[in-house]
Amino acid sequence: MMLTKNFFKKPENPLEWYDNRTKNSIPDIPDQMCISCPKCKAILLTGDLNENARVCPKCGYHFRMNARQRVGMIADENSFSEMDAEMRSTNLIGFPNYDKKLWHARLESGENEAVICGTAQIGGFPCCLFVMEPHFMMGSMGTVVGEKITRLFEYAAEKSLPVIGFTVSGGARMQEGILSLMQMAKTSAAVKRHSDQGNLYVAILTDPTTGGVTASFAMEADIIVAEPGALIGFAGPRVIEQTMRQKLPPNFQRSEFLLEKGFLDDIVPRGRQRDYLVSLLSLHQRGS
Amino acid sequence: MEAYERLAASRAKNRPTGMSYIHNIFTDFLEMHGDRRFGDDKAVVGGIARLCGMPVTVIAHEKGVGTKEKISRNFGSAHPEGYRKALRLMKQAEKFKRPVVCFVDTAGAFCGISAEERGEGEAIAENLKEMITLKTPILSVFIGEGGSGGALGLAVADEVWMLENAYYSVISPEGCASILWKDSSKVKEAAECLKLTADDLFRMKVIERIIPEPENFGEVYENLQSELYHTLLLKEALKPEDMLQQRYDRFRRLGVPAQK
Repeated sequence: MMLTKNFFKKPENPLEWYDNRTKNSIPDIPDQMCISCPKCKAILLTGDLNENARVCPKCGYHFRMNARQRVGMIADENSFSEMDAEMRSTNLIGFPNYDKKLWHARLESGENEAVICGTAQIGGFPCCLFVMEPHFMMGSMGTVVGEKITRLFEYAAEKSLPVIGFTVSGGARMQEGILSLMQMAKTSAAVKRHSDQGNLYVAILTDPTTGGVTASFAMEADIIVAEPGALIGFAGPRVIEQTMRQKLPPNFQRSEFLLEKGFLDDIVPRGRQRDYLVSLLSLHQRGS
Repeated sequence: MEAYERLAASRAKNRPTGMSYIHNIFTDFLEMHGDRRFGDDKAVVGGIARLCGMPVTVIAHEKGVGTKEKISRNFGSAHPEGYRKALRLMKQAEKFKRPVVCFVDTAGAFCGISAEERGEGEAIAENLKEMITLKTPILSVFIGEGGSGGALGLAVADEVWMLENAYYSVISPEGCASILWKDSSKVKEAAECLKLTADDLFRMKVIERIIPEPENFGEVYENLQSELYHTLLLKEALKPEDMLQQRYDRFRRLGVPAQK
């Protein structure tokens, strides 16, 4: 843990700081730092917030959460075994500034890419788990994200395992051009094969899940639930405002709106998610 | 030609739209309306027709000709019911063992309240998931604009072809420019960066064929008619499981990172 008095000190070797972050994996924010809840404006300590699964203890607002924290919250202790952890994106079409963006994203998130995949146990039930990372280019889907998710579904189909997936994404990654768009078809194909073999796929949509991820594997699960207040949609609200030239209604594209329109099975707050998944996994045990 | 010139050509006012292809390539076209869920989306046209005598299901984005029709067809930007109608017709094609031919020409799926509240994302996702295992051949031809998920929703096919001046992109060059440079007028630069021309996509193995556009556009229809027919015969000769495996592999190999 970095000491508060050293917080503003420039590290002598910038990579040392990066390495530490990667190892610790949870961003190095001092516990005493204050943060204001965007919903109820309460002043919270980051330490308290992290202990409460990054949910505001006053009003229940769900803050964004990094992927490692989520794995820790959902999977049985020490049961997560990561797959394809080292797979990294390259600048496939020579897009301006993409290399720099990737470097920053790795630094900011402490992850190699915008999704982590692996096998885990939840309440003793074996499954495959993917969790997207909001701090890596807002979880955008490029070829590595597409490939990792595809491999996970292929592995799960081979082993007849259920897949649990947490989505957070701004959509397809523009910087990889058409190959990003093709990941929508590639992942969908793998989801379909997994599904056709009678395997369960549960998606938990978190804030925000939009664009190419909504229009592919996020909306293809057998059971689709969301965190409260999450923005979920195909087009982003700003694009829609520009097209419609009008202000959007306040809860438009939020979980509660999607539930009402019939696109979600339920809204499950973070604190209940693990129990919810354990129940679902248990209900889908064949022959029981 | 530069990417920007192709982009302009793909959007040219007098460029033939979906219906022209249907009428010039097929005979006995019977249009089938509606998704049996919500309504009939005029941005997507579908029906049954004959291709050189062979019954096929044909589906096309249609932007409309003239202001009035363009408005009624929402400029070719489909709502969820457009994709659901397309899927309904494809499922029927599968049942009656008819191949499917799609013509893609859209700036993108519609971005508006009506589309969102009826599940644009869910509708496209469903098409991607179902088309990959549809047990009948599917060919998709990009005839103009190929805007993102809205185009892909009709393009999970055994082969994808593009006219030489069509484009296919993950985001509109305008959208890309406004995100990258906060300046939507830098369309030209964005179009170059995105690698969206038929040549680029052929090089990246995202499409199988580029259809030339000679001076006399009628040749495009003649060429497509015979090429589509002969390709469908070849696909129909395949064992269904082989055809589906090839379709799976076609997308599976796209964007596989080099292993460490």
